[in-house]
Amino acid sequence: MANVATPVTTTPKYDEDLLIEEYGYDDHFHEHHEGDKYQANFITTYIFSQDHKIIAKQFLITGMFWAIVGALMSLVFRLQLGFPEESLAWLKPVLGKWIVVNDAGVGTLAPEFYYALVTMHGTILVFFVLTAGLSGTFSNLLIPLQIGARDMASPFLNMLSYWFFFLASVVMFFSLFLNTGPFAGGWTAYPPLSALPQASSGSGAGMTLWVVSLVFFVVSVLLGGINYITTVLNLRTKGMSMWRMPLTIWSFFITAIIGLLSFPVLVSAFFLVVFDRELNTSFFLNEIFINNQALDYAGGSPVLYQHLFWFFGHPEVYIIILPAMGMVSEVLSVHSRKPIFGYKAMVFSILAIAFLSFIVWAHHMFMSGVNPFISNFFVVFTLIIAVPSAVKVFNWIATLYGGNIRFNAASLFGIGFVSMFISGGLTGIFLGNSAIDIQLHDTYFVVAHFHIVMGVAAFFGMFAGIYNWFPKMYGRFMNDTLGKIHFWGTLVGAYAVFWPMHYLGMAGVPRRYYSFDNFETFSHFAGLNQFITIAAIVTFGFQILFVINFFYSIWYGKKMTTRNPWGASTLEWTTPIKTGHGNWPGKVPTVQRWAYDYGKDGKEYIPQIVPAQEGETNVH
Amino acid sequence: MATTESVIEQQQNEQAASQNGDLWEGGKSPFRASYGKIMMWYFLLSDAFTFAGFLIAYGALRFSSPTWPVPDFVFSTAPFGIHHAPLIFVTIMSFLLIVSSVTMVRAVQEGHRENKRGVMIWLFLTILGGSGFLGCQAWEWNNLIGTEHMTVNTNPFGTWTQDGVYLEDEHGHAYEAGEEPETFDAGESYLIHKHEGDWVQREVQFADGSRGQQAFGPKAFGALFFFITGFHGFHVFTGVLILTIILVNVASNIYVERKNGYEMVEKVGLYWHFVDLVWVFVFLVFYLL
Repeated sequence: MANVATPVTTTPKYDEDLLIEEYGYDDHFHEHHEGDKYQANFITTYIFSQDHKIIAKQFLITGMFWAIVGALMSLVFRLQLGFPEESLAWLKPVLGKWIVVNDAGVGTLAPEFYYALVTMHGTILVFFVLTAGLSGTFSNLLIPLQIGARDMASPFLNMLSYWFFFLASVVMFFSLFLNTGPFAGGWTAYPPLSALPQASSGSGAGMTLWVVSLVFFVVSVLLGGINYITTVLNLRTKGMSMWRMPLTIWSFFITAIIGLLSFPVLVSAFFLVVFDRELNTSFFLNEIFINNQALDYAGGSPVLYQHLFWFFGHPEVYIIILPAMGMVSEVLSVHSRKPIFGYKAMVFSILAIAFLSFIVWAHHMFMSGVNPFISNFFVVFTLIIAVPSAVKVFNWIATLYGGNIRFNAASLFGIGFVSMFISGGLTGIFLGNSAIDIQLHDTYFVVAHFHIVMGVAAFFGMFAGIYNWFPKMYGRFMNDTLGKIHFWGTLVGAYAVFWPMHYLGMAGVPRRYYSFDNFETFSHFAGLNQFITIAAIVTFGFQILFVINFFYSIWYGKKMTTRNPWGASTLEWTTPIKTGHGNWPGKVPTVQRWAYDYGKDGKEYIPQIVPAQEGETNVH
Repeated sequence: MATTESVIEQQQNEQAASQNGDLWEGGKSPFRASYGKIMMWYFLLSDAFTFAGFLIAYGALRFSSPTWPVPDFVFSTAPFGIHHAPLIFVTIMSFLLIVSSVTMVRAVQEGHRENKRGVMIWLFLTILGGSGFLGCQAWEWNNLIGTEHMTVNTNPFGTWTQDGVYLEDEHGHAYEAGEEPETFDAGESYLIHKHEGDWVQREVQFADGSRGQQAFGPKAFGALFFFITGFHGFHVFTGVLILTIILVNVASNIYVERKNGYEMVEKVGLYWHFVDLVWVFVFLVFYLL
């Protein structure tokens, strides 16, 4: 096996400053930026910052805020599902009128608020946490650092990108406190619930704020995406050819392109919905009755909305998972001290996934009344996605195989990601079949599938990234013991939450139902639902542990003493421990080799800035 | 401005790496284009997808509708009382926009020649062309809304699905003796007039002997027309604004000082041509098909 690491004989020491001084090139950056006017005071340094590293932290912390809010929402509706008989009166101080307390003092969750919670949980997690919080954070942090750029192509647009996200967050947060409640028609916002303001209590002001918030959000994604693409194309340092880029950069690059091509279509759909709402057009509405009153709509098609939405919606799941995949590739390679297995295959599978993601959208609509013959086409392409996905999984496993693995929080979460991606990916093969979808659509099987494959897996990728690059962000380490506890708790907890849902789904238990009182056939699942709820609460507890660890470590964590603690070969670890504006204090390093020279020629690792040695073979 | 300095930085990067042969080897823009230009291209790509979303919605709604107003009938009015002149006005409008693209090309060309006066003249003509287009669109909208009473949710342009004969004249009165009744063919469009606030839906007799009256056309026609041409018009409007800003910048020598030629003119030019290209598609689906 050529790819199994040869026994490591030496752990070489590299003097990064000397190497950069010798081989780097001088762009006179610091002569131009003396007395840096961009970071003159507190506001320009930490709030309206144009430094990509600060913007990354802003994205991360806003994302963490939303993750906690979204997770708490899920706990509330899980309590309703697991313990429908128990009194929720103790939540009255927080949820106010949405907890209805009867004369006996028993509080129940208002059904319309249950739907609002489900909707907001989905919206927040998909958009604010796993899109902005994940790719926003790490694209910003790693793109300039890993390609050897001083900053993003346009730091100003980059700053705007965060502040549009912030604006979107404020508007969405505000909508939670509306008297009529936030939007409650599901995160996909299908018409007529989204297009008719009178359709439900959340469809009025709640939906208006929802759509305004998401339009701001799309602006943020587009500004960010244009920046990431241009930076990767144009600002790579000398020697950093496309085929020498770390897989993180490849995945952020392709993610940005997917986002740039899919989010605009979402905006088209939103604008048309706004017209239907505000100007009574009939784009998505046909003859419809509310309270036996015929409304004046004709000729529109709700399925058209679904097409537009899922043309965005399916690529969106890859916008979520690809950055996680890229980071996991990097983390697994670094911590198993081996080059990534099949680098080019990894890149081509990212490209294949990106391409296929645009031609499978109707597999979300098999049961929406689309032509079954059209479904065949979408089934075929959906199942083909399994091929590049499997290539990636085998490559990760082959990377780990025979490696000298360091089991720390980062690498464990990387391995956990692979586990989650396999478990969730396999159920995708079931759901991709339109025939099986007749039974499984809109059941807990779907909930289990997408939570494992893009929810939990993406979170695992994010955690791997946070544990791995936390030293780069804050100059300190997170506590690794707490991190390992966090990992095992989350791994077991997440499976405990979502594994049983497969059984619920196969038995036909529908998702999004407030209560199953009326269905005798589902009554024997009450115990299982209780178990899921308890598991969810426990898993959430482990996330609190992570949040405490994160914030404690920012100020009190173990300090970084060397600049390259993981012995990684990529460029971000050649910057000083306290990385200032412009990333490198003097010259910009040039790149002499690919990003994965681990265990080569008896050396444990060779950084990208080290030129080819005499007699060295296979310099990529 | 951060952007200005980034441009300088960028150019230095390129100089530092100019010995490096392969464009994809890093240290040099692979497309020999500045970051700003690449950003504009990617923005236009994403904008194209927004328009594509709208036009696909157009296609889906149009082909699910049993009838669709005939453009030659709908767009047959022009200012100064001209009637029954199919597509004449929109031809003038489109011509103005296309010509403004030509003048834009000239402005960019003069920019490459570092000829400030030339850039200003041709930019000014481009702004004129764009404003002219917007003026025409304003007239057209005004005519459709004010005179013909089409709105986003009412479409008085209907289409017959079979041959027949009118039983009433245009004011909704029965024909007088000796008057020749007006006939119509299947596929022919009509406009339901509004008389003193009331719609006049004329009674008809079809060839098979059954009776009926003028029905309103598909709602989607009006909604899509105003929405898509409005969205495009908004792009033209923004373009005119940006062009004006660029013109002012050119006049105040900003680009001479920046030493990156008149690249901003080129970038706004990309946007302008894109808006022009989109119009070609909008024109195609609303006026020709």
